[in-house]
Amino acid sequence: MKQFWIFIVLCCLGCQKRNIKTIVVRGSDTEVNLVLMLAESYMSTHPDVSIAVTGGGSGTGIAALINKKTDIANSSRAFKPIEIKLAKERNVDVTPIIFAVDALSFIVNESSVIDSLSLTQAQEIYTGKITNWSIIGGKDQEISLYGRQSNSGTYSFIQEHILKGDYSLHMKQMNGTSQIIENIKNDVAGIGYVGIGYIINEGGQVIDGIKVLKIYTDNQHKAITPVNSDNIHNGTYPIVRPLYQYLDGKPTDELKNFIVYELSAEGQKIISKNGYFPITEANKTINNKCL
Amino acid sequence: MNRNRVDSIFIILFRISGFLAVIILFGIFFMLVFNGIWAFKEVSLTEFFTSSSWSPSAYDKPEYGILSMVASSILVTFLAMLIAVPIGVGAAAYLVEFASTKVASILKPAIEMLAAIPSVTIGFLGIVLVGPFLAKLFGSSNGLNALNGAILLAVMALPTIISISEDAMYAVPKTYKEASLALGANRWETLVKVIIPSGSSGIIAAIMLGMGRVIGETMAVLMATGNALAMPKGIFSSVQPLTATIAIEMGEVPYNTIHYYSLFALGVILFLITLVINVLADIITQRFKVK
Repeated sequence: MKQFWIFIVLCCLGCQKRNIKTIVVRGSDTEVNLVLMLAESYMSTHPDVSIAVTGGGSGTGIAALINKKTDIANSSRAFKPIEIKLAKERNVDVTPIIFAVDALSFIVNESSVIDSLSLTQAQEIYTGKITNWSIIGGKDQEISLYGRQSNSGTYSFIQEHILKGDYSLHMKQMNGTSQIIENIKNDVAGIGYVGIGYIINEGGQVIDGIKVLKIYTDNQHKAITPVNSDNIHNGTYPIVRPLYQYLDGKPTDELKNFIVYELSAEGQKIISKNGYFPITEANKTINNKCL
Repeated sequence: MNRNRVDSIFIILFRISGFLAVIILFGIFFMLVFNGIWAFKEVSLTEFFTSSSWSPSAYDKPEYGILSMVASSILVTFLAMLIAVPIGVGAAAYLVEFASTKVASILKPAIEMLAAIPSVTIGFLGIVLVGPFLAKLFGSSNGLNALNGAILLAVMALPTIISISEDAMYAVPKTYKEASLALGANRWETLVKVIIPSGSSGIIAAIMLGMGRVIGETMAVLMATGNALAMPKGIFSSVQPLTATIAIEMGEVPYNTIHYYSLFALGVILFLITLVINVLADIITQRFKVK
């Protein structure tokens, strides 16, 4: 027994001596796998740093930052004014970093006859105005709506930028992006929205079982696919959004090193490899103010 | 130390543990009520109880109506009991009346082990197994609906229903059975007309306790019922019971907001429902014991 306690004490001393710094990252489900990749790659060259990445949704990350429970809040949406106010009251200095760009994609089952969608149609489908695929040229099937829960940044982004109104009450609210994809694979009448990184495999191809819809705006006559990175860079794909990491104040020490690594050429390469897109010059200017 | 003193110390200790349960129960109840009551500063009672639209993150004006969630909870619970009661009481009757000692010695631990399966695991089966199966069987595009949840909940209620109603039937005096058989009734008639009616209060208590378990269950329904907030139209509608709403929204809600308080109000409703069911079960069991 005595030896056991000595062992425990030695262990604790051992930990203290090595002085591992821990960075806690929480939030967006869209970003969780991507940041995990970045963190693993960073930790492989910095063994004295430990980065813990968890998901839960952008809302969860933002709440954690406000409650000072995380170092980085991943968020696929911007802070809302009320959240900034709340953060200020609790002495949290909200600092945004844009580290990647996402193309929000609408997906359907691979057997669907629908190939493209206009933004207006997307809006009408998700607000519940269109309830049958036949109205937009599909089979005579009731549309089975999949979406995320209200703590999701993607949920808020679509509500604000596409719906400009309320979601249909018939939408099935899924816990995470993977759950949406798994259901769409099985549901011939399903439609869902996901971040592009989830539907592109390592070879840069769309994963099996689903179809990514091309999107056209009302003044465009050609539907644009998010799968081709050119469409993102030249701005023709209409639903592009920045992926944020929010910090409390300007980063220092290891936290800063990690952020700088993410924004470096090497970090951006990992981002491209995971299906997302590197940041633009405009993003970089904003970031530089906050570093 | 003299033995009297030891005794009195232990009596006090055990008394504290005994009362602790009561203190915790009332503590939880008052905590729920005191938090929940603030919701009604902005949400009217009529809206809360009669509106079927629950959308705290609405685009324009948030709404807090619990009707469709209460309906969902009742629908799923009712369906689950419809499945679990015949199977549970049947299994108990088999164990008491027909099973050989050897069979019973295998079945009983197996049934108890069913209670030990974590609800997450059962919910997982709902997604990957029951859902696709129901979709195929009924030709619908997906199986995330009230029926799926009810099947899972029935499985979870079975151990409670079986073991308690087994006790109730076992407690029926042997002389009743012997008298019935002596009068020329066969075993089936004896079971249905003598043993089940004599043990009925115990069986009803078993059903009520099973129901209490079902209505308060969160994880399995959250995963399998599809989480759509619309008023259920039938057993194939996607529904979101009360428990799932609290579990989903509590993690992201900013503290001390109307949304936060309304979730506590939901908790009060849920608490009251389970309390009533448990008290009823208790009253019935008391009657059964006196007999």
